[in-house]
Amino acid sequence: MAKVIEGLYYSESHEYVKVEGDFAYIGITDYAQHALGNVVYVDLPEVDDEVEAGEEFGAVESVKAASDIIAPVSGTIVEVNDALDDQPELLNEDAYENWIIKVKLSDKTELDALMDAKAYAAFCEK
Amino acid sequence: MHKYFPHTEEDLKAMLSTAGVDSLDALYAEVPEQIRFRNDYQLPEEMSELEVRQLFEQLGAQNQQLTCFAGAGVYDHYTPSVIPQLLNRSEFLTSYTPYQAEISQGTLHYIFEYQSMMAELTGMDISNASMYDGTTASAEAMMMAVAAGKKQPRFLVSETVDPKTVKVMKTYAHFHGVELEMIPAENGVTSKESLEMQLAQGGVAGIMVQQPNYYGIIEDYSGFADLCHDSKALFVINGIIADYAVLKTPGEWGADIAVGDAQSLGIPMQYGGPYVGYMCCTEKLIRKMPGRIVGKTVDNRGQRAFVLTLQAREQHIRRQKATSNICSNQSLMALWATVYCSLMGKQGLKEAAELSYAGAHYLCDRLLATGHFQLVYNQPFFNEFLVHFVQPVDKLMEWWQKNNILGGLKVADDKLLIAVTEKRTKEDIDRMVNLLDSFANFAILTDNG
Repeated sequence: MAKVIEGLYYSESHEYVKVEGDFAYIGITDYAQHALGNVVYVDLPEVDDEVEAGEEFGAVESVKAASDIIAPVSGTIVEVNDALDDQPELLNEDAYENWIIKVKLSDKTELDALMDAKAYAAFCEK
Repeated sequence: MHKYFPHTEEDLKAMLSTAGVDSLDALYAEVPEQIRFRNDYQLPEEMSELEVRQLFEQLGAQNQQLTCFAGAGVYDHYTPSVIPQLLNRSEFLTSYTPYQAEISQGTLHYIFEYQSMMAELTGMDISNASMYDGTTASAEAMMMAVAAGKKQPRFLVSETVDPKTVKVMKTYAHFHGVELEMIPAENGVTSKESLEMQLAQGGVAGIMVQQPNYYGIIEDYSGFADLCHDSKALFVINGIIADYAVLKTPGEWGADIAVGDAQSLGIPMQYGGPYVGYMCCTEKLIRKMPGRIVGKTVDNRGQRAFVLTLQAREQHIRRQKATSNICSNQSLMALWATVYCSLMGKQGLKEAAELSYAGAHYLCDRLLATGHFQLVYNQPFFNEFLVHFVQPVDKLMEWWQKNNILGGLKVADDKLLIAVTEKRTKEDIDRMVNLLDSFANFAILTDNG
């Protein structure tokens, strides 16, 4: 049973959003890291890049697949988790603790389109 | 039954019986009657081995052996006889590029050696397992630059790049939405001023230049890498790899990607192929490079082992997000180039290059001395040069061919691109020039007025 955290928003492509005021941390969920297997590389974007809801902003490579990371919300990147450059396996260790990017949200109403913890857990069950 | 088919009548009967039909024809029952082929195949009668040999001897006799002074991307360098001997081994000749890679340690090992040599020759960090040829490798480099860039749609190519290569790149660009633009040339070399202006307009993912360029000229690429990097564009050099034995390497020029054809590494001209494309890049770009990459690691017993690595780049995993659809390499020719480099070594490669250079300059000097030729561009050249002839070159080419010489490549009515390799002796060169003495007579006699 994949770990799901209360209070976060979730997308159908298994990304999560952790809101803090006008900012948000974005990463992949526990379900995603488990499905991918051992992560060997994270293709990170750069600070100041724009992300758009529904558009890919990077990729996660594991031994068996390379998966795009889709932005659940739009905004400007203010921080990138560079630790993932040398230690991509951090995503397997704790997907929620090890976020991928931090953005300044441009449209908070986009959160309404995402699932809450309960809905996401049910979504994963299917 | 034909002697090369292993199945007997009994075998066929048994197979048909298992398939539940009584004849081979019955297997095609699904094919509509109106599209079935009922005519005569019009194939010639079978021939005995002797007759086949005679047929090919007759065909071969129609060829005229010419001493080659033509280049334009393909060079008549010497192939040491050890190479075809080794490559004719069935283990090399018939095996395909590995998919269950780890079981083919020998193949992976030689590809690893190949990669190491290409990286060393070009002065770059990494090489892939090879591409089909230099032309597609150039197109792939363009796609790689566009993929690595942040959606910049422009790619610039110098006018001094081989037009055949440019044509293929234009095809790739057209279907991938890349805006391919030419960088103008001035006096036979890439115009740095134009490049600066084109880069300043923004949106350039990368540029590609050639070394030596199409006219055989050794271009000075000082400052090109910096110009590109300041505009966040990649710098790609397409080069005649054998020449890097004596020329400044792409690595030294600050290139991000080095591509080209490795035919110059002892692969015979062979009427156009097969050749092999090489592709090398900096470590930073390794995850964007297409093609196979062989890596070296250790197994669970600590023994050295070779693997296909970084496979998550490839299109069978990345699918439409992959930089390229290539999932193969040109293994046999890559092996050819590898054995050539091993045999020649640094010293041999240097000598072959120096001899080619010397021969070309000797020929050029002698031709210019006749007063009938002029160098089109007053630029330093390697083993190939472009000359203007006082008359249309067709007649001259005809005269030379009558005397078993391929004088060069006609680039315009009055221009000839001439190449010399270490295979051309002083006698060959002198003979070619001395034929000019009797050319005038030939021209008059065969002139149709």
